Amino acid sequence: MSTIRNEIRFLLNGREVRTSDVGSSDTLLDHLRIDQRLTGTKEGCAEGDCGACTVLVGRRSGEGLVYETVNACIRLLASVDCCHVVTVEHLAGPGGELHPVQQAMVDNHGSQCGFCTPGIVMSLYSLWMGNPAPTAHDVEVALQGNLCRCTGYQPIIDAALAVSKKGAAGNDILVKQRNAILDQLKSLDDGARVEVSRDGETSILPSSVADLVDVLGDNPDATIVAGSTDVGLWITKFMRNISPAVFIAHLKELKQIDVTADGVTFGAGVTYTEFEDVVAAEFPHMAEFWPRIGGWQIRNMGTIGGNIANGSPIGDTPPALIALGATVTMGSKSGRRTVPLEEFFIAYGKQDREPGDFVEAIHIPRPGNDDINAVYKITKRRDEDISSVCGAFCITVAEGTVSQARIAYGGMAATPKRASKVEAALVGKLWTEETVVKAMAQFEKDFTPLTDWRASADYRAISARNLLRRFYLEHTGEPVRLARSTAA
Amino acid sequence: MTAQANIKGGVHTDERHDSAHKHVTGRAEYIDDMMEPVGTLHAYLGLAEQAHGEIAKLDLTDVAAAKGVVGVLTAEDIPGVNDISPTGQNDDPVFAEKTVEFHGQPIFAVVAETRDAARRAAALAKVEYKAKRHVIDVDDALDVDYPHVTEPLKLERGDVESAMAGAPHRIKASQRVGGQDHFYLEGHIAFAFPGEDDEVTVYSSTQHPSEVQHMVSHVLGTRSNDVTVNVRRMGGAFGGKESQPSLFASVAALAAKKWGRAVKLRPDRDDDMVATGKRHDFLNTYEVGFDDEGRILAVDGTFAARCGFSADLSGPVTDRALFHADNAYYYPHVRFNSRPMKTNTVSNTAFRGFGGPQGLITAERIMEEIAYHLGKDPLEVRKANFYGDEGRDVTPYHQTVEDNILNQLVGELEESSDYAARRKAVLEHNASSPVIKKGLALTPVKFGISFTATWFNQAGALLHVYNDGSIHLNHGGTEMGQGLFTKVAQVVADCFQVDLEKIKITGTTTGKVPNTSATAASSGSDLNGMAAANAADQIKNRLVDFAAEKYSVPEDQIVFEPNIVRIGNVRKSFDEFIKEAYMARVHLSAAGFYKTPEIHWDRDAGTGRPFYYFAYGAAVSEVSVDTLTGEYHVDRVDILHDVGRSLNPVLDKGQIEGGFIQGMGWLTTEELWWDDEGRLRTHAPSTYKIPVASDRPAIFNVDLATWSKNREATIRRSKAVGEPPFMLAVSVLEALSMAVASVADYKICPRLDAPATPECVLMAVERLRGGA
Repeated sequence: MSTIRNEIRFLLNGREVRTSDVGSSDTLLDHLRIDQRLTGTKEGCAEGDCGACTVLVGRRSGEGLVYETVNACIRLLASVDCCHVVTVEHLAGPGGELHPVQQAMVDNHGSQCGFCTPGIVMSLYSLWMGNPAPTAHDVEVALQGNLCRCTGYQPIIDAALAVSKKGAAGNDILVKQRNAILDQLKSLDDGARVEVSRDGETSILPSSVADLVDVLGDNPDATIVAGSTDVGLWITKFMRNISPAVFIAHLKELKQIDVTADGVTFGAGVTYTEFEDVVAAEFPHMAEFWPRIGGWQIRNMGTIGGNIANGSPIGDTPPALIALGATVTMGSKSGRRTVPLEEFFIAYGKQDREPGDFVEAIHIPRPGNDDINAVYKITKRRDEDISSVCGAFCITVAEGTVSQARIAYGGMAATPKRASKVEAALVGKLWTEETVVKAMAQFEKDFTPLTDWRASADYRAISARNLLRRFYLEHTGEPVRLARSTAA
Repeated sequence: MTAQANIKGGVHTDERHDSAHKHVTGRAEYIDDMMEPVGTLHAYLGLAEQAHGEIAKLDLTDVAAAKGVVGVLTAEDIPGVNDISPTGQNDDPVFAEKTVEFHGQPIFAVVAETRDAARRAAALAKVEYKAKRHVIDVDDALDVDYPHVTEPLKLERGDVESAMAGAPHRIKASQRVGGQDHFYLEGHIAFAFPGEDDEVTVYSSTQHPSEVQHMVSHVLGTRSNDVTVNVRRMGGAFGGKESQPSLFASVAALAAKKWGRAVKLRPDRDDDMVATGKRHDFLNTYEVGFDDEGRILAVDGTFAARCGFSADLSGPVTDRALFHADNAYYYPHVRFNSRPMKTNTVSNTAFRGFGGPQGLITAERIMEEIAYHLGKDPLEVRKANFYGDEGRDVTPYHQTVEDNILNQLVGELEESSDYAARRKAVLEHNASSPVIKKGLALTPVKFGISFTATWFNQAGALLHVYNDGSIHLNHGGTEMGQGLFTKVAQVVADCFQVDLEKIKITGTTTGKVPNTSATAASSGSDLNGMAAANAADQIKNRLVDFAAEKYSVPEDQIVFEPNIVRIGNVRKSFDEFIKEAYMARVHLSAAGFYKTPEIHWDRDAGTGRPFYYFAYGAAVSEVSVDTLTGEYHVDRVDILHDVGRSLNPVLDKGQIEGGFIQGMGWLTTEELWWDDEGRLRTHAPSTYKIPVASDRPAIFNVDLATWSKNREATIRRSKAVGEPPFMLAVSVLEALSMAVASVADYKICPRLDAPATPECVLMAVERLRGGA
């Protein structure tokens, strides 16, 4: 058993915070606004969808230090242990001179009511640090998680494109102080397990995966918290008590990504953002789909492991991973076990995960050379929306004939589910429109979708089968994708 | 004294929002950011979980006993009247008493040491209901003959029956128009501070401080002079903070007086969306008679609105729908009826356009109907029906349209947007692209400016010139992001010919300017700008009198030049001159006032001049639609809009762009969805989708019609801008409709309802492919 520390420590703007007064449902936003009186960061929705609460969290990654935008409203306070939290108050210079990002927003009339503005400034700041000369598309991606109701966004985009003319990143406080901050964060990190409690609410940050196994052995009913993009809402929206909460996103072992000839194996703590390069290199068919998962802040926080572990029928990654034949490995006191991902989802809200189990790793086999792959996500709003229907396809065509088909859908059943009748109608048949039309008729045997606020059952049924047609047409060269080319 | 050519920040110049530097640094203070006095309490509302029913049991024992709770409030705790109806109809209780009329109606409030404790406690209430039949949709309300919440309106001119009977072509159909949540980023909030005797001061995120003041005193059973309401800025409002803030302000004030401590009330986003009113959804039925050229002969329309459980502002909202059901078109014989239907949903309220968009959209649907029926370009039909010269210039409410500039404006936009060539290109694209279809549409807007309740068209301002020459400006308008404070300050700067930085803009308070109207109906600058100018003129007149006497020069030789006052041949700095005036005991403070001239309206007769003038605009939108899924992109939008002589072109452009995108959201992705139990299930941004950055048109060209000048004597000949551009987004809906129509060779009017979600678009595609 490792040593235990009973306080969390982090850097907040230019100073160090140490506190043991931390409940498991304390959000970073409430801590900033109520305890620290840093009211520049706003609450707009308390569910990670509007971005008014956007702050940066800097954390050690490898030998370096990365700053990422997060939604402070659903980021839990305990999880910023050994991190650097940066709020809008930290940007202006000591004499009040505006940061280039702020100045560009002012000069381009990027604020009207101003309430979303601090969050937008933080997203643009983060973009500017990593990409000082972005395209309009880059800016749109950076702002997926920031709602503005007044401006219609054009002046904000203009501001983002103009920042590089306002000043170089070299003068920025976080750039200039990076080494010093890194040293400070290293000195905060004593390698201990962290346990903090208030009013009977406990948060535990294990020191390693081995320690996690012990912690879960002792607390089999604990709430495992990775990115808190879902668990955060259990607190802010449903006021659930998640104690004892066991945090895992900081565990380096769960951040491992191994790319081999067999495929890709990665830890449950890998965020969507951390996986983006792997998607581009290994699974290019998901390159357009990937940045449509949540907004930027959510992708910086959320983990693929968490998306799987929570078993939502409308989670973005399960259909895509099922089509690729992914497996999931669970760790626990009694050892590891690996199951095909599609078997992990048993029923609505029920996964093949016993108390004390935790999702440890995911493996995606490398697609074959003859495979045709696609993932299509249909939403009411293109960006930062939850799927009405998500269809993922992996078909092997040999000499014009479908030799293998794996098709999985989200939003069509109580769990992410394969379209086995549709698959059967394709396998062994010529890869032709006629085959596709026949297979489309099988969807109604695979799925009986529901009507809800995202889509009607009819729409789900029609668009689900049309996605197979899109998949076919796309591979015959027919233009089936909407293109967007921005003027700027 | 060196002469300066122009002051800095005068009228007709691009001046940045006065709070921009505070917005970007997080230093702009919203009510939730205010320092809390020691002992501040937090209130939270308990909401009904039944769409319609009697309250059989209300057990708040667990609520009151919860950790941190100080007490609970129900209707019984109200010393005054349990009503916050903005129109005096006594149908809008603060807390439901015997009956709940919508899912989410406040029943009680709990007050605790922290907001978190109050919120958790509120969930512990045990309420039992004896359910009654509930009606959610407007169709159902019409079917079961549910009552009107307020008196309907009828507008009529000519002989509809005969004209319709004689028309070569007739079409009769209906159109569904969705509602809309305001989704101001700053939700509702009130922060109340108890004072001496019956006094209370409330900081309220409100567009209508005077109404909040009146409602708080009504609920507390005191007088208006006991209540002071303050608001420096709102984090967005859009009409959602016109009548709705009274609930939060009243409860906070009630608690503050009861416990003698400061009390803040801020609902969670979900509760804000469930418990406060939205844009009215409409079901419009129309019949149109027209000739072979597409010229309209007669229109008969009925506009039924989902008003919710109470009247709120539904009367004037449904009236305004009728006032705009003609949009820009002359209807020789016309009859419009409103049906303000009661439903067991939250009481719908003001929202940018105030019913106008829901009426206007049917005029544009009618243009489409005619065009598809006759196989014409809808733009041709539109132009054939524009208001024209004498004989074709009278509206259904008998006001003559005297300032129509649409022919010039639309002509210029057609040209600058290359409409004709692009329409040809779209038709060619569609002929050879089986899956991705394009659409292009140009739609105009004509929007009437003035409150239709004539008495609201008044405003006040309070101006102090301090003896160092600095100026303190206050007026009855509220700042919600639109830049009103900046514009009015520019007017004052212009009046005194001093740089804008000399003028201190101060928060709105009922203590400085009384009996104000809501900052609404796009009227903020028109009314408050004039009131401030009036105050400035009063002070200037006193200064001129003083100087004329002291220096024995004629009054016309006393001139306010940039930062200088010239008295005959003598030039003094403004500050120096003011100091002199002070020493000579000149009164340097004035209360300004303005009332809009010439307007009148007889609602019973349906005739009058409700609008001082009209604002115009037009937009061309191009879209691409995926006919396999109904997904779409907005590829390009070109806008030409009329703001008269703009007080501040860059702020006006911001209103146009922002209004357009908000309108586009209304017509595309923003869908309100109630389940069978009457629960609103789209009550947060995870389920209710307003536009994000990538939804804006890929190419977005926005221009002001710089040649336009208001023919009426408005403030510096400018025009109102808040609402009119919202309706330019109808062009997006019609472009989507054209893309859908392409699957049936443009022979069928798609009758694409709003919001045209991808689902709605795909279903229309399927319907047209099936031949209907």
